[in-house]
Amino acid sequence: MEKLEHKFLKEYNYELGAVDKGYTNRTLYINVGTHEIKEKPVTSLMKDKFIGGKGFGLYYLWQAVTESTKWDDPENEIIISSGPIGGITQYPGSGKSLVVTLSPLTNMPIDSNAGGYFGPFLKFAGFDALELQGKAEKDVLIFIDGTKGTITIEEMPGGGVDTHILGEQLTEKYADNEEDKRNIAVISTGTAAEHTNIGLLNFTFYDVRRKGIRLKQAGRGGIGTVFRDKHIKALVIKCAGVKGDLNHPVDKLTLNKTGIKLHKEMHDLDNSQNQMRKIGTANIISIMDQYDLLPTHNYKFGAHKDTFKISPEVFISKVTQNSPDGCWHGCSMACAKAADHFELKTGPYKGQKVTIDGPEYENAAGLGSNCGIFDPDVILELNFYCDTYGIDTISYATLTAFVMECYENGILNKERTGGLELNFGNIEANFELIHQMAKGEGFGKIAGLGIRKMKEIFAKEYGADPQFLFDIGMEQKGLEFSEYLPKESLAQQGGYGLTNKGPQHDEAWLIFMDMVNNQIPTFEDKAEALHYYPMFRTWFGLNGLCKLPWNDIAPADNKLTDEPAKIPEHVQNYVDIFNAVTGKTIDKFELIRQSERVYNFQRIFNIRMGFGKRIHDKLPYRAMGPVTVEEYQSREERYDQQLKELLGYDTTGKTTEEKIKVLREYREDQYEKLTDAVYKRRGWTMDGVPTVEKLRELGMDLPELLEVVEKHR
Amino acid sequence: MKLLAKDESLCIGCGECEAVCSKTYFKEISPEKSCIRVGDQKIQVCTQCGECIDVCSVAAISRDKNGVVRINKKLCVGCFMCVGFCPELAMKMHGDLLEPFKCIACGQCAKICPTHAIHISEEA
Repeated sequence: MEKLEHKFLKEYNYELGAVDKGYTNRTLYINVGTHEIKEKPVTSLMKDKFIGGKGFGLYYLWQAVTESTKWDDPENEIIISSGPIGGITQYPGSGKSLVVTLSPLTNMPIDSNAGGYFGPFLKFAGFDALELQGKAEKDVLIFIDGTKGTITIEEMPGGGVDTHILGEQLTEKYADNEEDKRNIAVISTGTAAEHTNIGLLNFTFYDVRRKGIRLKQAGRGGIGTVFRDKHIKALVIKCAGVKGDLNHPVDKLTLNKTGIKLHKEMHDLDNSQNQMRKIGTANIISIMDQYDLLPTHNYKFGAHKDTFKISPEVFISKVTQNSPDGCWHGCSMACAKAADHFELKTGPYKGQKVTIDGPEYENAAGLGSNCGIFDPDVILELNFYCDTYGIDTISYATLTAFVMECYENGILNKERTGGLELNFGNIEANFELIHQMAKGEGFGKIAGLGIRKMKEIFAKEYGADPQFLFDIGMEQKGLEFSEYLPKESLAQQGGYGLTNKGPQHDEAWLIFMDMVNNQIPTFEDKAEALHYYPMFRTWFGLNGLCKLPWNDIAPADNKLTDEPAKIPEHVQNYVDIFNAVTGKTIDKFELIRQSERVYNFQRIFNIRMGFGKRIHDKLPYRAMGPVTVEEYQSREERYDQQLKELLGYDTTGKTTEEKIKVLREYREDQYEKLTDAVYKRRGWTMDGVPTVEKLRELGMDLPELLEVVEKHR
Repeated sequence: MKLLAKDESLCIGCGECEAVCSKTYFKEISPEKSCIRVGDQKIQVCTQCGECIDVCSVAAISRDKNGVVRINKKLCVGCFMCVGFCPELAMKMHGDLLEPFKCIACGQCAKICPTHAIHISEEA
C-alpha cells in the first residue's frame, strides 16, 4: 500500500462535552480555504423550528449563501448533520447522516442521506452538525478525533481518491489497531466526481465480520462534485465506545422496548413480507416488472421479457454470502448487501477482487433495464465503479438511458460520441462511458454534466428538437429521475414533480397506493397523500432516521387499522422514540408540523434562489404518458381504452399521432388539476409560493422568509 | 455442550431460581433481572442454540469452549437485536442495563431448585 503523505495545516483543540437529550448543543464550522475552525452554539430556535439533520443543514446554508451564490462559489457549504434521534442503537434505521449543499445539477439546495457511521460519530465527538465552507488550494483531509478532542486540517496532495482504496487506507491509518477500526468512519468520493456534476459522497463503516470497509452513499444532487471542488479529499472521524445511552435520552427503557418490538417484527414477519434481510430493496424488481412499472429503455416501457435475468433470486445468489447487514448499529432490517470477492472485468481495477455494496433496487433498475442491460454481473460492476468513482448511480443510469435514446434517434452518432455505440444494451460502450467520466475525457465528460445541460448542448450543437429533448429527458429541476415509471400513476407524477429537490423518491412514493391498490382515487385524496407523505418522510431527515423500517415491514395486524398505508403503529413508535430521546411531548400531528416548517423553509429557499415555483414543477411528458408512436403502440389497448372510457373519444380510424395528442392534452390537464389541489392542501398560492398565513400558522413567519414570499406573492 | 436442561412438568413456579440468578449476577432479588423465568409450568431459559451469534453485527456474542453462548459486554453496543431475534425469548433486557443478559449455564439455579425441574447438562 502506498504511503500517505500529510502536512499539517491547522490543529484545533476542543472540550469533548456530552450529548444531552439527543443534542450536543454545539456545531462545528470549518473553512477549508482560510483554515478557520470554530464552534457555534445551537439555539433554541434551531431546535424548535429546524429539529436537526437536514433542518440544520438548510438553516446554515441559508445563512451562508445569497440568492446569487453558485454551487462552485467558496461560500457554498456542505453541511452534515444527524439529528436528535440519530445514533441511538436500539431502533432500526437510526444512523443516517443528512447532507445539504447547493447542487451543481439544480443550483438550489439539495439534501441527501447516507448510512455509515459518520453522522452518529460526529455527534458523539461533540457536534450536532458540521459546516464546511471555502475552497482549499491543494487537496486536504480533515480529521476529527472524538476520543481526544482534536481537529486537524492536513494537506494531502497526490495519491488516489477512489473510495474503495482511499477509504481502506484511511481506516488503516487512523485506527490504532484492528480492534480500533470499528471506531473510524470516512467520507470521500472518487475521481469521476471531479469531472462530472453527479458526484456523490461515500460514507464508510468498518464491517467487523467481513474485516473490511463498507460504503453507503449520499447519492443525489452532486454533493461529491462540490466536495472535490472544495478540494476536500476526505473527512475522517474517530469515536470509541458506542453504547445505547450516548444520546443521554430521557427514557432509555422506552427506546429499548420500542426497538425490541420492531426487532421481533423483523424476526417474525420479514421473510413473509419484503425479505429485506435476505435481498434488501432489490426484492421489488420482479414486482415492478409485473405491474409495468420497471423503467425500461429510458422509461419508454415498464417491463421487459429479460427481466427474469436480473430478478431478486439472481441477485440473492450473488450477494449476501454473509449474514444480513445494517449500516448503523441496531438495524435489524439490515438491507445492506454485498457481493464479496467480485473480480472486475474492466477499467483501471480490472482483475482486482472487490466487495461490492448492493445492488439496491435503484441500481438494478437504472443500470439494468433502463439502459437495456440484463446481465447481473455487468450491473454489479457498474454499481462498483459508480461508487468508487464517486458518482450517483441513479443520475448515471438515467442520463445514460437518455443518451442511449438520443443515440438511437440519431441525435447522437458515433462521431459525436467519439466512437461509443450507445445503443440500449451496449455493455462495452456503457463501461467506456463511465471510465471516461473518471478520466474527465471524451463523451463521458459531456454526459457527466447531466441531462439538463446535455439537452442544451444537443439542441444548440446538433440541432435536435428541444421539445423532443424536453419530452424524453428524464430530469426535472435539473435532477435525474429515480427509477420508477410513473406514467400510469398521477399521484406518483405529483410525487416526483411537486417536490422540493427534484424527482427522487425520498419525498413521496405513491405508486402502489394509487395505481395498484386504488386507495386515493380523487384529486383531493391524492393531494392529501401528497401533503401527508412528503411531510412524514421529511421528518426522517430531520432526525437522522432511515425511511425503510417505517413501511418495509408492518405489524401483523396492520391491515386491520384505519389507515394501513401509514402504518399507524410505526408512526406511534417514532413519536415515542422522539419523546424518549428529547423529553418533548409531541404527538403524530405535531410530528407533521415539525416537517412542514422545514419543508416550507426549503420551498422558500428554492424561490429565493430563483426556482421553486409552479413552472419548475412541470414534468417531462415521458413521465406522464407515451411520447412516441412506438411507446403508444406498445400499450395501445390500454391507451385506446382510456381514451374511450375517460374521454368518450372514438379511436376508430384515428392515427396513433392523433391519439397521442388527445391523450397528452388530457394527461397534462390532469397534472395541472393535481397541482392545484396539492398547492391548496399545502397552503401555497397557485404559483406554488407558501402563503403568509401558512407561515404564521406554522410559526415560521420569520422576517427573512416573509421577505421572500412577499416579493413573490 | 453445557446448558441448563429443563423438565417443565416438574416446575412448581416457586421462583427460587429467579431469585438466586438475579442475586448472583446483579446483587438483588428481582425476577426482571433473572436469566431464567418461570411460571404456568413454563421455564424460559437459553438453550445455547446460538442464533443470536449471527444476529449480532458487532460480533459481541460467541460460543465459549464449553459451548456456552456468551456476550462480550465491552463490544456490545446495546442494540438488543438479539433480544428480538431469540427464538426462546430467553435473551433479556432491563432498563438499568446497557447490555442484554442471558443464562450462561452456571448452575446456581439448578442447585437450589426444590423439584429438580432444571439441571446442568453437559452432553455432547
